[in-house]
Amino acid sequence: MSRVVVLGAGVAGHTAAAFARKWLPSRDEVVVVSPKADYNWIPSNIWVGVGLMPAAKVRFPLAPVYERHGIAFRQARATELHPEGGPTGADPYVVIESTRAGREGEREEIRYDFLVNATGPKLNFGATEGLGPDGHSLSVCTDSHAEETSKHLDAAVERMKRGERLRFLVGTGHGACTCEGAAFEYIVNLEFELRARGVRDRADIWWLSNEYELGDFGMGGLHLKLGGYITPSKIFTESLFAERGIRWITRAHVRKVEPGRAHYETLDGQVREFPFDFAMLLPPFSGVGLKAFDRDGGDITPKVFQPNNFMKVDADYTPRPYEGWKARDWPKTYQSPAYPNLFAAGIAFAPPHAISRPHQTPSGAPIAPAPPRTGMPSAMIGKAVARNVVGMLRGDTGPGHTASMASMGAACIASAGANPFTGTAAAMTVFPIVPDFERYPEYGRDLDQTFGEIGLAGHWIKILLHHLFIYKARLRPGWSLIPE
Amino acid sequence: MSDIHAGDQPERLKESFFATKPTAFTRFMRTFIPWQIVRFAIINLRMLRIIARSHHG
Repeated sequence: MSRVVVLGAGVAGHTAAAFARKWLPSRDEVVVVSPKADYNWIPSNIWVGVGLMPAAKVRFPLAPVYERHGIAFRQARATELHPEGGPTGADPYVVIESTRAGREGEREEIRYDFLVNATGPKLNFGATEGLGPDGHSLSVCTDSHAEETSKHLDAAVERMKRGERLRFLVGTGHGACTCEGAAFEYIVNLEFELRARGVRDRADIWWLSNEYELGDFGMGGLHLKLGGYITPSKIFTESLFAERGIRWITRAHVRKVEPGRAHYETLDGQVREFPFDFAMLLPPFSGVGLKAFDRDGGDITPKVFQPNNFMKVDADYTPRPYEGWKARDWPKTYQSPAYPNLFAAGIAFAPPHAISRPHQTPSGAPIAPAPPRTGMPSAMIGKAVARNVVGMLRGDTGPGHTASMASMGAACIASAGANPFTGTAAAMTVFPIVPDFERYPEYGRDLDQTFGEIGLAGHWIKILLHHLFIYKARLRPGWSLIPE
Repeated sequence: MSDIHAGDQPERLKESFFATKPTAFTRFMRTFIPWQIVRFAIINLRMLRIIARSHHG
């Protein structure tokens, strides 16, 4: 009997576990370790955060789903990797600490034949003083954060109904943030919702981000064929904001958040304050901080993880200037170069470099959007990793299936107002996600497959995807036929 | 970059003044249901093409 352990039950981990279970014989064991009892369909947190959807609609308990499908589940946090085994033998194992109510902190060692690290990010609110729900700003990164944000929005709307004029600030809470797309979705939904609640005229809505130009989204922006022109996403995004009366500040690193006030520094070195009544600022991400040890107990964390705690995989991490990177530097199989039975999937793998050009303020603060690797690419990586693990358990000498972000596209629907008749969404596709300037010298991407448009149809697709992906995540009949 | 510290600016001084904006016709078509049904089919096909290409990439 073999055992595959998957750390994390987000999009990547859940996909990897579900496919591993589907493809492996029942004598083999699949174990999922996740600190949370629930699955959260994160893309729909945006609607929770503006009060359009209760959090219960974007989450469900994992244990019954896993029980039904023969996947073992531990509600726990992984703390230590022992890829060479330990004092009792050479079998690799992972140490976990329970997060179950009443059993918090209980430790367990789980032996594995293959381990998939899909732990996702640590929401690093601590990188900016005062950032986050425990500080003075809000977030939609988790369902509970989004729920809290929605309550603050209700309170703000009440104040506006009483005649107050309020200032809303949405964007990134640090110069090294990623997931600008989520903040973008939130701000346009916020604007739509304030209009729907009849208080838009009393709201000043501002975008503040670490992007060099609007529409960068951590992927160096993109170019679209629009109206007879090849148009950068900057134009697309500016138009969307201008149409909605949203104002913007870019090239900014937030240094500190105080009650009702954000302190930020811009790329040209100006240090400024922004007074606000409501701020939803995303945190930067880091790895979750797993430690790795060799057989003698020596710390080998730097061998397995990058300094930012994301896991090293089959990428080319050779340090080189931004101009020197190539699409082929990006990982293909997500196998650890140090341990062949160790894989990473989703946000947990260390990208070899930034896609957006990194900058620094005169004081040395980063204005450097990190590459996104959520949603569709996460799921596709999770599935490819599962395929490789299953293949190697069946006797393959190495991982034969690839899912490089430099040869994969992404389809993305960014909601811009949720109403079945008057709502809109920006529907976008991009190919490939990581620009490949060797294959597509001018823009790095295939312009025939990179497109975007705004309309009600996009909103209908967003609704469809919400239900489809939650159905798939619940592993209902036919789930594996739904594409990632 | 807009400048919040410049106080209440007239529209013509804001960065949004220099951004492209949709015409009334474009805005109408965005929520005009018969047209959006057509776009729904087209966008889905384009997305399926990307998904198929990515799965075989």
